[in-house]
Amino acid sequence: MSSKSLHVLFDDDDNLLDAVKEVVKNKIYINEVYTPFPVHGLDKAMKLKPTNISIATFMYGCVGFTVAILMMNYIMIVDWPQNIGGKPSFSFIENAPAFVPIIFELTVFFAAHLMVITFYLRSRLWPFKMAENPNPATTDDKFLIDMETGPNLAKTKTMLKKFGAISIEVINNDQDEK
Amino acid sequence: MSSHYEAPIRKPLILGDKSYHDISNDIARPVETPPDKDWWIAFSIAMAAFLWGLGCMAYTLGTGIGVWGLNKTVGWAWDITNFVWWVGIGHAGTLISAVLLLFRQKWRMGINRSAEAMTIFSVIQAGLFPIIHMGRPWLAYWMFPIPNQFGSLWVNFNSPLLWDVFAISTYLTVSLVFWWTGLLPDFAMIRDRAVDPFRKKIYSLISFGWSGRAKDWQRFEEVSLVLAGLATPLVLSVHTIVSFDFATSVIPGWHTTIFPPYFVAGAIFSGFAMVQTLLIIMRKVSRLESYITIQHIEMMNIVIMITGSIVGCAYITELFIAWYSGVEYEQYAFLNRATGPYWWAYFLMMSCNVVSPQIMWVKKIRTNIIWSFVISIVVNVGMWFERFVIIVTSLHRDYLPSSWTMFSPTFIDIGIFIGTIGFFFVLFLLYARSFPVVAQAEIKSILKSSGEKYKKIRDKK
Repeated sequence: MSSKSLHVLFDDDDNLLDAVKEVVKNKIYINEVYTPFPVHGLDKAMKLKPTNISIATFMYGCVGFTVAILMMNYIMIVDWPQNIGGKPSFSFIENAPAFVPIIFELTVFFAAHLMVITFYLRSRLWPFKMAENPNPATTDDKFLIDMETGPNLAKTKTMLKKFGAISIEVINNDQDEK
Repeated sequence: MSSHYEAPIRKPLILGDKSYHDISNDIARPVETPPDKDWWIAFSIAMAAFLWGLGCMAYTLGTGIGVWGLNKTVGWAWDITNFVWWVGIGHAGTLISAVLLLFRQKWRMGINRSAEAMTIFSVIQAGLFPIIHMGRPWLAYWMFPIPNQFGSLWVNFNSPLLWDVFAISTYLTVSLVFWWTGLLPDFAMIRDRAVDPFRKKIYSLISFGWSGRAKDWQRFEEVSLVLAGLATPLVLSVHTIVSFDFATSVIPGWHTTIFPPYFVAGAIFSGFAMVQTLLIIMRKVSRLESYITIQHIEMMNIVIMITGSIVGCAYITELFIAWYSGVEYEQYAFLNRATGPYWWAYFLMMSCNVVSPQIMWVKKIRTNIIWSFVISIVVNVGMWFERFVIIVTSLHRDYLPSSWTMFSPTFIDIGIFIGTIGFFFVLFLLYARSFPVVAQAEIKSILKSSGEKYKKIRDKK
């Protein structure tokens, strides 16, 4: 990795998207892109892998489903069966219709909360976490590419200017580390 | 520009010549400016009502449920009416943010944030009633299946009241994380433009360090979509389970299979009416007319009209089935509802819920702000009476004519209800001055496809 990187600022999402496509085409590494709102197609342009969070959520839902069944089977059938209005309290299967609502609720509860917790942990979001966007305007109306300089800095700059970059800042990473 | 194409027949959802920065300014303005006199007046009234309600709650807890108007025949009345009413109101938020997201309805973006806030605040009010009714609210945790020192004493999973505990707590917590996750980028926007260091600190704390990386946005969108997919059946299940509180009993007038869809439609109906009431005021006060447009109001009115018609259809089906069943107790329950001593409540319910929304067929009326506001209030009054009618008229004349009686609320009953309305508005007024009340990140993502300026540019071509 080179010790220098570029912070390229855009004020339009379409320009940003075109520029990102061009940068990727020129095989210059993009460290990160910061945007104020989801720019559709940006993840594909950056060649980001699709997220697997929905698969994880399915599994969390299965966990909730299982927990609900095991819990109610233990409490209502195994540990202390009671005669409640003559209902079939001694067999899980026969009593199952009464358990459907809570099985459903716990499935949703586990899936939703564990998914959000996973999202927060994977994206490093939690209280007291400091924001890492280099330019505060990127939550308002500006778009920033944090990228490598490429083999020829001047050429990279011209290319970015052509795509409507409004400012290009050269960041010296060595100094940052001191 | 081609990727932002939207059919010209669609009306713009963001009015005026707005840039991304203008949107940030407009949404941050209520947070960054001090509240005016009107806000303080509204807040003081709400706070006074809330404190009055707190006093009534304290009196109830200190003396006992006997201070309410309940008697041995009508053992459930005012409190459960309020509970169901508030839960019902709490349905619109998730419906707007989840169901309309799945249907890709862009107009939800102007109103979803406030609707979700309203959901959370009204479910809090709903939750208060069963907790007060317990008499010893500090033992409320006994509702959960926790190991305890009373032997193997577990909660009863066959009971619809316990299903309610699970449904309402799941609904409240899932709505809360859905809401908060959507708020992160908007809190971050306020954080990054804050000048006051204290404000910066607060918003940096609650925005969880959101930075807007491409990967974060990718996950954010996936999480929103999957949460919407989970919340859609959840929102339908919650009022279904609330209706089971009645439908699984053997009381004539309650023991009907139509209850779940009927309750869900009623919940959406009353929820949209409450969103309408709040947003018509908010768009004016917070100057958000560019984002919450007449078109938004019209869309909500259409939903109110349709769900009102579904509810009306359910009322008439109930009457028909009562007659058709041939069960004389069932028949009497409905005859008594419509023509007995509570006929006036039934009449109010019918006229407010079935008749009044029908005027929304007229385009002039459903695009008129004053009419929309009036109808939204009328609908909420009607929906309160619907629950009152279902609950009280089914109970007050039971199987033994010797125990027939009437229900009248005491000032404590009324005070607690007023208190929850006050509490609701206290929360909503605080929200309106400290939260980004429109999902600005989402609005920015549709600016180029649905903004008035961009649509005009495209039309010229």
